[in-house]
Amino acid sequence: MISRNRPATPPDPGILDNHRPLVDAVERRMVLRGGLSLGLLTLLTGCEPESNASVRAALLAMSRFNDRFQEALFDVNKLAPTYRPDQVLKPPRFNAYYDITQVQPVDGATWRLEVGGKVADKTPWTVERMAKLPQTDMIIRHVCVEGWDYIGEWAGVRLGTFLKAIGADTRARYIGFKCADNYHESIDMPTALHPQTLLATRYAGETIADPYGFPLRLRTSTKLGFKNPKWITAIEVTDVYPGGYFPDQGFNWFSGM
Amino acid sequence: MASVAANPHGLPRARPLHPWPIRVMHWTNAVMMLVMIGSGWGIYNDDVIFSWLRFPDWLKLGHWAQDSLLWHFAAMWFLGVNGLFYLVYGVVTGRLRRRLLPIRLRDLVKTINETLHFHIDHSDLTKYNAVQKLLYVVVIFAGVMQVVSGLAIWKRVQFGWITELLGGFQAARVVHFLGMGVIVGFLVVHVLLAFLVPQTIWAMLAGGPKVRE
Repeated sequence: MISRNRPATPPDPGILDNHRPLVDAVERRMVLRGGLSLGLLTLLTGCEPESNASVRAALLAMSRFNDRFQEALFDVNKLAPTYRPDQVLKPPRFNAYYDITQVQPVDGATWRLEVGGKVADKTPWTVERMAKLPQTDMIIRHVCVEGWDYIGEWAGVRLGTFLKAIGADTRARYIGFKCADNYHESIDMPTALHPQTLLATRYAGETIADPYGFPLRLRTSTKLGFKNPKWITAIEVTDVYPGGYFPDQGFNWFSGM
Repeated sequence: MASVAANPHGLPRARPLHPWPIRVMHWTNAVMMLVMIGSGWGIYNDDVIFSWLRFPDWLKLGHWAQDSLLWHFAAMWFLGVNGLFYLVYGVVTGRLRRRLLPIRLRDLVKTINETLHFHIDHSDLTKYNAVQKLLYVVVIFAGVMQVVSGLAIWKRVQFGWITELLGGFQAARVVHFLGMGVIVGFLVVHVLLAFLVPQTIWAMLAGGPKVRE
């Protein structure tokens, strides 16, 4: 049976001869092989598809999903492992978004900690007044998002205790931190109320040295290193997402461990 | 019973060697695995485990470390869910057992011997030789270990017992790295052999020969 699509008069086979070199060039296998190579190349050659706006939006949406997943997974009663005093690294390892030589020390005498947002008492705090709050000590592992880690001994007031002292609304979603070096960070309320989340003022039995956040820094055992702001100057209790220096650049915000 | 009535010879219905769920899962796995490997190399470079090993920029996925992390933590869900579907499907349909078991030492020796003498038989795509079976079992196990060691790194507090089991945070990083090495090693052999016997690639795209089992 002749196909209905076949022309009534067949074309002159001569036209094929006229285009023989072109026909030879179109070798199906070559097209297939080329296509496969191109596909593999786009996947493998140090490409940056994330610079495409819609790809980036999808990746960031997945990161928000990971925030929610980690919030659901977080157990406020689950403690991170603690270690022996002889395992403590002295001095601690420096980390910031700049080099240690560029640290600008904070003057403890003039330093004030501002508190704001959903809190009852907005009186600023001094070093002396902070020291009067009940103190807690913990030896925990600091884990950087890059992959390195060290064991450190931190002491100070539990953030949960401090929030109670300033009459914070613990139904609020976020605690935002502002720092003397223009760093900023924020954590979720359940992590803020975790027993191993401290506003630290001491390291290995001594006042925290300048490069490590004097006079006040956050130390939480359940989050990556960059979630622990140093040289804190303001704390805000809020329902409005405050972001953070690194999360604003694409690092996962929750970054729980 | 209806199925017997419809099939008077009592034989199971002929199905493609790779039914469509297997093909979908295979190519999903292939793409997501490449994303995981490329982004994993980007994350690794941020703080290397071995001072002599740094992956070249053109091999990694993600310009900055945070980009590699975004890729890794997005693709892991697709890879993980896909892998879970694959294992459930393989167990429920009996495919894993039929295709990959048993692996006998005698058969392994025979296959290796044949391979060394270039007598390896590719005529029947539906039968895996002992070495193939072993490699598939090893890479499936490596995949499961990547999920376990990945959890140990990501959630060393919430899943602290896994981290402890693997010997701590840094040990978990090494395990995760070695698991990657096993998978990349498999990938090189797997892709090389697939191109040497191209009908296997076509089978994974179109379904391959019909089998009754």
